[in-house]
Amino acid sequence: MSKHTIELTINGRRHSSDVEARTSLADFLRDDAGYTGVHLGCEHGVCGACTVIVDGKAVRSCLMLAVQTHGSDITTVEGLAADDGTLHTVQQTLQDEHGLQCGFCTPGIVMTMAALTDESYRSQANPTEEQLLGALSGHICRCTGYQGIRRAAKKLANPVEIYSGDES
Amino acid sequence: MNAPTQISGPKATENIQETQLAIKSESQLESKSENKPSEKPSHDAITSGRYIGQRVRRKEDPRLLTGRGQFVDDISLPGQLQVAFARSPIARGDIVAINMDIALDVPGVHAIYTQQDLACYNVDMISFFLVSPEVEITPLANGRVAYVGEPVALVIADSRAIAEDAASLIEVEYAEQDPVISIRDAHHAPPIHPGTDDNIAAQMGEEDIDEDLEAELQRAPHLITHTVVHQRISQSPMETRGVLVTFDGSEEITLYITCQSPHMVARWVSIALGLPPAAIRVIAKDVGGGFGLKNHPWKEETAVILAAMKLRRPLKWIEDRYENLIGANQAREQEMALQIGFDHDGTLIASHGNYSCNNGAYPQLAECNIAVHMFVWAAYKMPTYGFLTRGWYTNTVGYAAYRGPWAMETLIRETALDVAARRIGLDPIEIRRRNLVTLQDQPTTSCMEIPLEDVTPAECLEKLLTAFDVAAFRQEQAAAREQERYLGLGLATYIEPTGAAGAITTMTGELAQVRIEPTGKVTATMSTHSQGHGTATTMAQIFADRLGVAYEDVTVFEGDSSRGGFSPGAAGSRQGVIAGGAAIKAAELLADKTKLLASHLLDTTPDNILIDNGMVSVAGQPDKTRSLADIANIAYGEPDRLPEDFEPGLEAQYRYQPPPMTFSSAANACVVEVDSDTGFVKILRWISSEDCGTPINPAIVEGQISGGLAQAIGMVLLEEVGFDERGNPTTATYKDYHLPAISDVPDFEFVHANTPSQSVGGMRGVGEGGAIIGAPALVNAIADALSPFGEVPVELPLTPVKLLSVIEGRDLSRKTAAPANTPAQEGNTSVAEPVTPATAPEPAIAPATATATNTVAAVIDGDWKMILSTPMGPQEISGHFETQGDLLSGYLSSPEGQMDFSGTAEGNNLKFDLKVQKPMKITLKYNLTVDGDKLAGKCKMGIFGSAKVSGERA
Ligand code: FES
Ligand code: FES
Repeated sequence: MSKHTIELTINGRRHSSDVEARTSLADFLRDDAGYTGVHLGCEHGVCGACTVIVDGKAVRSCLMLAVQTHGSDITTVEGLAADDGTLHTVQQTLQDEHGLQCGFCTPGIVMTMAALTDESYRSQANPTEEQLLGALSGHICRCTGYQGIRRAAKKLANPVEIYSGDES
Repeated sequence: MNAPTQISGPKATENIQETQLAIKSESQLESKSENKPSEKPSHDAITSGRYIGQRVRRKEDPRLLTGRGQFVDDISLPGQLQVAFARSPIARGDIVAINMDIALDVPGVHAIYTQQDLACYNVDMISFFLVSPEVEITPLANGRVAYVGEPVALVIADSRAIAEDAASLIEVEYAEQDPVISIRDAHHAPPIHPGTDDNIAAQMGEEDIDEDLEAELQRAPHLITHTVVHQRISQSPMETRGVLVTFDGSEEITLYITCQSPHMVARWVSIALGLPPAAIRVIAKDVGGGFGLKNHPWKEETAVILAAMKLRRPLKWIEDRYENLIGANQAREQEMALQIGFDHDGTLIASHGNYSCNNGAYPQLAECNIAVHMFVWAAYKMPTYGFLTRGWYTNTVGYAAYRGPWAMETLIRETALDVAARRIGLDPIEIRRRNLVTLQDQPTTSCMEIPLEDVTPAECLEKLLTAFDVAAFRQEQAAAREQERYLGLGLATYIEPTGAAGAITTMTGELAQVRIEPTGKVTATMSTHSQGHGTATTMAQIFADRLGVAYEDVTVFEGDSSRGGFSPGAAGSRQGVIAGGAAIKAAELLADKTKLLASHLLDTTPDNILIDNGMVSVAGQPDKTRSLADIANIAYGEPDRLPEDFEPGLEAQYRYQPPPMTFSSAANACVVEVDSDTGFVKILRWISSEDCGTPINPAIVEGQISGGLAQAIGMVLLEEVGFDERGNPTTATYKDYHLPAISDVPDFEFVHANTPSQSVGGMRGVGEGGAIIGAPALVNAIADALSPFGEVPVELPLTPVKLLSVIEGRDLSRKTAAPANTPAQEGNTSVAEPVTPATAPEPAIAPATATATNTVAAVIDGDWKMILSTPMGPQEISGHFETQGDLLSGYLSSPEGQMDFSGTAEGNNLKFDLKVQKPMKITLKYNLTVDGDKLAGKCKMGIFGSAKVSGERA
């Protein structure tokens, strides 16, 4: 197998690694870089669990080769929360809304929502509820019946609500 | 696009838009703030405590949201190697030759094993009930294959990719045979397993309808025969199966495995491999869903454990999704015909059910699903019921559980009631009101002898109707039909046996061990296990509530068989009920102990001690206040200051044995629109009115129900495991096997009834209910919408093509044979062929040839080994017979004990009765015929019908 050297940034830290040409980005992130928060639910592009942010865009890392990310800036679910443990808005909203059960699909859902709503990634205006739900239709969650995920999406599409504190 | 639809709310005040037709659930209307008591009035009085009954945030979430969960593939050990399997590409055949030379030459490959290499370990592939299988099951194929995907060889390599490369280079030569794929084929085909008489994996009930029952059915003014064909389902937890096994020293195994209970896995492995239990430690911190698939290891996981024993290296196997969809056990494929006799006014008279399910080749439990019959009429005033129920072996991947394995009972009953209501001209609500068991009717006993004391399906239904204006809906429906738009309302009611314990070896109580640490914080070790259930949260809520500490100060540990005690984990909607009770009892013991010590230190009586928010005080004397940490420090570190006979430390444990069964009840309403041009179903509104007793955390309760309802939507509209006629799976990716996405699942609305149960804490199980009641609610809604076109055959999934065939009046049903054995009074309500009536001949038993009396003793007397096919799987019994003339005496013994009997011996025919206490009080009536060194016959087991008995001289 041919090996290739790639240099890239993951969660703000620089990495340099020799990878086989056939290694997927997901396997590289999990096995080489140690970001096991990248989950593999199908390895064929349907479930969305493996979603990470590559150069500002949500990408299914099971469908991308590691060699394609040479020079890229990647964020995984491990890279969102603050160092002191404060959750990212997307993460906090999902917790508040009971948007997860087993948590296996969760990293992908978090990354898709973060890519669309976090100003440091998105290039356009904050998405509408429909846009966000449209993006989430590419994620499979077997546990929750999507109720909390949808509530979280609604909140994130209307960010005023998020910062208005407790809206009982 | 259709015009916006107004679906009647209670007061129809919601401004409903096209894309969002549901009103907000109660959960959306209230605060989510952690630890903040909810304003919700409905579970006051009985349930609300400071933490019990509150929607607190889950403790599991921060690690899962930040990618720091610990799923099995997230763990790696030094020196670990990876495993991949070479799998059978054919459904049935003998293995002629295996050539591994090329595969072994792949750089990075360490070993390749076949069953021959693992045979020395003599694994017993026992069921969830710890019973040995009737047919030979081996971890890897033993000389023959019986389904596509069966593991044939196990490859060990440096990486998963190399192992997969090598697996694809293994050459296996097969002598292919014609496979048996469907239940229908299994009826008539020669047995797929050598050494068996037929393809029946399990059977209960009577092959001929009882004469009295038949007469009751025939006298019924309305006789309905309703058939349901349920497709095969892949449980599809998002985390596939996987295992990492290591030997940490002599005879010490550590197993990281994605499972539903580490304790159950440890017990299973210990028995299956014949190893002492202490040598096995099973760890499963986070699990990405189970749903019945992960109750215990099966072929692949067992093969990996044995391979690691052989190679003495840590081995990891992570199933990929393709393997999961073809090689992981599957569920639900079943057919049932239900006859129901109704009186003129719609009251139930009698019923008979005929059920079959596909067990595949190697089921995790040879299953004929007796629970379907136990519960089909449990909540209804049904005078009499009879059944025949069978499981069939086929050349498909084996049967395993899936959320609510007996759900067919609710599906067929609730859809049949709607069909009957249309036929008789009754409202679907009215037909239920006339027949449901209400609180006033209880205590009572069902026609299958299920004792009912506090089930509330009728009450849930009435509560549901306060949240949904049926009359207004009917007006909307009529108006819509004028415009050729087809709206439908589906209702369903049910009860669910939850928290069962005591009747089956593995269904035990739960253990709570809790301590106040010297720091004053609380830690607890539970026998529970979460695959998303949030038990670390709900149990912490209970401890915080009952110990008077902050929720943040409680940590719950679970997921490791070396901690806590045995429990089967998530199986049968049991953890909230049983572990909740255990946590309450343990917390009370610990609170008492703490108060005893505090009263000693603060010079008062225990009754005067208050513990609140981590502070201990004396009632009315605020100056006498200490922190819990102060008290705990003394309890652990200053033995001199303790009262006499006080065991140092602040620790307590309690194993709670709940009532044998705790019932949950529910009623659901679902509104759909079916597009008559495309056959697509749009779900417009869904209300769940459920009684789960005390909800520990309503958000978690609703989460469990919602997840189940989404799975029900998948079953009714989307999911189907398919095979071609050679047994090749046609749904091997998620592009072909369709799971519900967010766009397929509506907002669910909840109405909670909350009648406390009789278990400690008053909880009722809620884990499976949504998956059970959701399917008939949705089917009924679709059938109601399409009623202008005729009945919708219940052959799941109800794809647009099938619904269009109803709309367009075409017959697309896959079986067209006319039902032959059905009383034709009212005609059949379904065009599907009913489950083929019992035609299987009795097991061939040579008639008693003229046996001279003096040789009877020689023929019969002595020791026999017998197999009784019970609802829990085949049970081995040894028997001892002695004859004196035509009198018979002797004993039967099983692991449960030995029982003497006496009876009669006429020729070579033996008859005797045995009274047993477990799982219920019943009389077993044996009727056996001896033929040479073999015997065969039946055991009549009261309401359970008859079970097959076979045996041979010991
Ligand atoms: S694992 Fe990448 S989409 Fe499923
Ligand atoms: S939370 Fe389990 S798959 Fe989404």
